[in-house]
Amino acid sequence: MNESLLRELVPAVIGVLVRRGVDFASAEDAVQDALIRALDTWRDDPPRDPKGWLVRVAWRKFLDTARAETSRRGRELAVEAEPPAGPVPATDDTLRLHFLCAHPTLPPASAVALTLRAVGGLTTRQIAAAYLVPETTMAQRISRAKRRIAGLPLEQPGDLATVLRVLYLVFNEGYGGDVDVAAEAIRLTRQLAALTDEPEVAGVLALMLLHHARRASRTGAGGRLVPLDKQDRSRWDTGLIAEGVTILQTALARDRLGEYQAQAAIAALHADAPSAADTDWVQIVEWYDELLRLTDSPVVRLNRAVAVGEADGPQAGLTALDDVDTGLPRYTAVTAYLHERAGDLDHAADLYAEASRAATSVPERDHLTREAARVRQLLRS
Amino acid sequence: MKYLLLKHYRGAPTPVNDVPMDQWMPDEVDAHIKYMNDFAARLEETGEFVDGQALAPEGAFVRYDGEGRPPVTDGPFAETKDLIAGWMVIDVESWDRAVELAGELSAAPGKGGEPIHEWLEVRPFLTEAPTVAE
Repeated sequence: MNESLLRELVPAVIGVLVRRGVDFASAEDAVQDALIRALDTWRDDPPRDPKGWLVRVAWRKFLDTARAETSRRGRELAVEAEPPAGPVPATDDTLRLHFLCAHPTLPPASAVALTLRAVGGLTTRQIAAAYLVPETTMAQRISRAKRRIAGLPLEQPGDLATVLRVLYLVFNEGYGGDVDVAAEAIRLTRQLAALTDEPEVAGVLALMLLHHARRASRTGAGGRLVPLDKQDRSRWDTGLIAEGVTILQTALARDRLGEYQAQAAIAALHADAPSAADTDWVQIVEWYDELLRLTDSPVVRLNRAVAVGEADGPQAGLTALDDVDTGLPRYTAVTAYLHERAGDLDHAADLYAEASRAATSVPERDHLTREAARVRQLLRS
Repeated sequence: MKYLLLKHYRGAPTPVNDVPMDQWMPDEVDAHIKYMNDFAARLEETGEFVDGQALAPEGAFVRYDGEGRPPVTDGPFAETKDLIAGWMVIDVESWDRAVELAGELSAAPGKGGEPIHEWLEVRPFLTEAPTVAE
């Protein structure tokens, strides 16, 4: 059995324990212990019924912990008897766990960690490695999050919008370690899409697939960032693109547009273009207008200005920047690009250099420095 | 022994090859970045690399302002402030090795492909108390 199959069993096993009356926090801890034991022992000796094994080991772990605590407090243990053996009920608790772990009262970083552990079946160590923090820090973050949602019933209907935000955050951020966190986000979103009937879930899934399809072409030698128009399109994963587009079309046909579907539509238009020059910028601007209507987000306004610059020329793009907050990250980078397109190279070079000083990541900073150097080279020649 | 190699945006003595990076040729920028990446990769191989981070030039001074009051912030930084750009933490045999490595890092190529001769600050970490002190 490989690790990802093992991970898929985790939410169901937590569900079994919770339905036996165990509180979520203890159930989740017990299952994490069982998971770590499974990772240690299954390689040499895989059980015939993996889920049954996990339930058994997690349940024993829970009893041990509960007994130790009861004897510490000198009280009787309420749950003593092992429940009757037999088939494990097949009720799917994955969706409920999604709602609980991405509860709106949790800070995003905690919701991300808890979702990856309880729904994704990752170990604390793997999550810590992905987010470049010490394992003890991540363990604390997870137990604090669990204390915060203690007492919330698993049956409560949840907030799907928060769940989607958390999954998209998982997809977008996660840097180190041996687990591909973006792929994990896609797996969880696929699972969620199978469990819900909401076009925005399909929208997020399509958006992730379309971005993931370009992943190999997004970084060049030495981790350098390759912008969309310079990417080698032959390296895009056409299978993922086709799947993303199909999922998106089915969602759009239901005529309940949301921001993720609109973003996926923009990603699909990029993915569709055989070359950067063939991009249908007019349609992309239309989608940005939709997106703006749905979200009124300043970041959308900024990205829209870039699209307007491509569709109607750099001057129109610069005009579209007029009602964008100048304090936004990447604002200066966008103005640099539009000024370069408009032929104002001197100004563009200075703006690229300024944008590099305001960059929020090393690859972005290096990219913008390189852009400044490139434009200055043009000026000299 | 652990040492901190500290890189400054400003506040260190002026290097020999002191031209802002955006005024280099694009392939000089690439060569510099590659040198830095290779350097870190080599230290990982020798088992001497601990950590490396870059810092944004923005920030502020912050201090406590008394019970029940929000902290006072003082920013952006004045042009005269010594400004740290980033660091590398290494774990090496000796001070001499730390100096040797800092020298290598300072030889990173800049404008014209020539070494920058950037001044790096090298600082020993204070350690935990040893098990046997006498």
